[in-house]
Amino acid sequence: MAAIGSPVQRPGSSTQSARSSAVGRRRLVVALLTIVSLALVTVYFRESDGGVLHGFQSTGASILRPFEVGAERVARPFRDAASWFGGLIDAKSENAKLKEQIEALRQQIILTQSAVRENAQLKALLDYLEGPRFPQDYRSVAARVIARAPNQFEQQIVVSAGKNDGISKHDAVVTADGLVGEVTKVANNVAQVTLLTDETSAVSALDISTNAAGIAQHGGRSSSSLTLDRVTKDQIVNRGDVIVTSGFRSGALSSLYPRGIPIGSVTSVGQSDTDLYKQIQLDSFVDFSQLEAVIVLVKRPEAK
Amino acid sequence: MLDWGKSAALVFVAAILQVSVFSTVTILNGTSDLLLVVIICIALLRGSIAGAVIGFWGGLLVDTANLETLGVTSLLLSVAGYWIGRYGETTGRERTHAPFVSVAVITLLYAVGSLAFRFVLGDPAPARAVLWGTLFQGIALNLILTWPVYALTRIVLPPFYRRERIERIQAIG
Repeated sequence: MAAIGSPVQRPGSSTQSARSSAVGRRRLVVALLTIVSLALVTVYFRESDGGVLHGFQSTGASILRPFEVGAERVARPFRDAASWFGGLIDAKSENAKLKEQIEALRQQIILTQSAVRENAQLKALLDYLEGPRFPQDYRSVAARVIARAPNQFEQQIVVSAGKNDGISKHDAVVTADGLVGEVTKVANNVAQVTLLTDETSAVSALDISTNAAGIAQHGGRSSSSLTLDRVTKDQIVNRGDVIVTSGFRSGALSSLYPRGIPIGSVTSVGQSDTDLYKQIQLDSFVDFSQLEAVIVLVKRPEAK
Repeated sequence: MLDWGKSAALVFVAAILQVSVFSTVTILNGTSDLLLVVIICIALLRGSIAGAVIGFWGGLLVDTANLETLGVTSLLLSVAGYWIGRYGETTGRERTHAPFVSVAVITLLYAVGSLAFRFVLGDPAPARAVLWGTLFQGIALNLILTWPVYALTRIVLPPFYRRERIERIQAIG
C-alpha cells in the first residue's frame, strides 16, 4: 500500500529512463560528429599542404583510387549511354534555340535590307527635292507606298499621304528617277496613285533633244512598258533620247504634270507607210515594281 | 554490428559510384546524388544515430576522394542523416511517400547548405546558377533514383518490425 510521501515506482519509469538515455545518446553522437566535422574543417584550413589531415586525405584518396577506377570502367558504357541521351536532349533543345535564332536573324536581315533600300530611295528623293530638277511652284509631300493593286491589270498603288497633307486629285507623283503617275483618289490620310503604266494613263511628253512632242502611255509587250504615241513622221526621235513631260499650256487647258519630269529613254523607233505616227518604244526610268517611297507634287497656292 | 557493416559498405559503394560515375553524368544540366539518396534511405530505416554516423562517413569518403576540404560534406551529410533519421523515427518510417519527400527536401536543403558553407569559407558560391539552373533537375534525378535505391536498401537492411516478425515466426516454428 502506498503512503503519502513514500517513494512509489511508476510503471513506465524504466521505459522513460531508457528513452531519455536514447535521446541523450543521440544528442551526444550528433554533437560529437558536428564538433569533429568543424574541427576537421578548421584544422584542414589552418594546416599546410604537408599537414596531418592532408597526408591522411592523400593516403585515403590513394586507397580509394582503384575502387574509383574500377567503378568508372564498369560504369563507362552506362555513363556513355546516359551522356548520349542527355546530349540528344540538349542537342534537340539547342537545335530549337538555333532555329529560333536563325529565324530572328533572317527577319533582321530582311528588315536591314529593306531599310538600306529605303534609305537609298529616300536619299535619292532628297537629292531630287534639293536639286535643280525639282519643279518650281510645287511643294513636295513625301509618302510611303503602303499597298499595291492585288493584280497586274490595275497599275495602282496606295500611298501614306492624303487630304490632310494637302494632296488633291490629279496631283503628279514622282520619284528621283522620274514620273510615276497621278493621284486618282484621295482620302484623309491615304491616296491612290494610278501609275503611268496603267492603260488609262497618258501624259504629254517631248523629246528633250529634238523637241518632238507626243503622248507617253502604256503599250508594248509587257505591262510595264511604255510607248511614245502621236509623234508625226516629220519629227525626229532617235534611239536613246530622253523623254520628259512637256507640261503644255494651251489657254485655259494645261497639263497635269509640270514640265521637265523625266519619263524614260527611247529604246526603238519605227515607222510604216500606212501609219500616221511613228512607233516609239520607251524604257521607263522608274522601276515600278520596286516603288517604296514617292513624292507627290502639290501645287503651291500662289501658283494656282 | 552487422547492420553497421552493411550500412558502411553501402555508403562506401555509393560514394565511389558518386565520385566516379554519377557526378560526371549531366542530364538537362542536372546531376544526381546517389550518396545523398543512400544516406537518406539508411537514415529512414535505421534512425537518427545511424543516419548521422553514416552521413559523416559518406562525407568523409567524398571529401577524401575529391581532395576537398575535409569535414564540410561530413558535417552537411551527418546533419541531413540525423534529421531524416528523426523523421523516420517519429512519423515517416512506414509512409510510402517518406523517402520521396525526404529526398526532395534534403536535396534542396543540402544545396542551400553547401552554398552557405562555400560562401562562409570564401569559395565561389554561384547561388543563382545552382538554385535556378541545376537544383530542380537534381531533385528530379534524385527522385528517380529514390525508388530503386530505397528498395535495395530495404533488402540489405530490412526494417526492424519486419525482422522481429520473421524472428517470431522462426521461434514459433
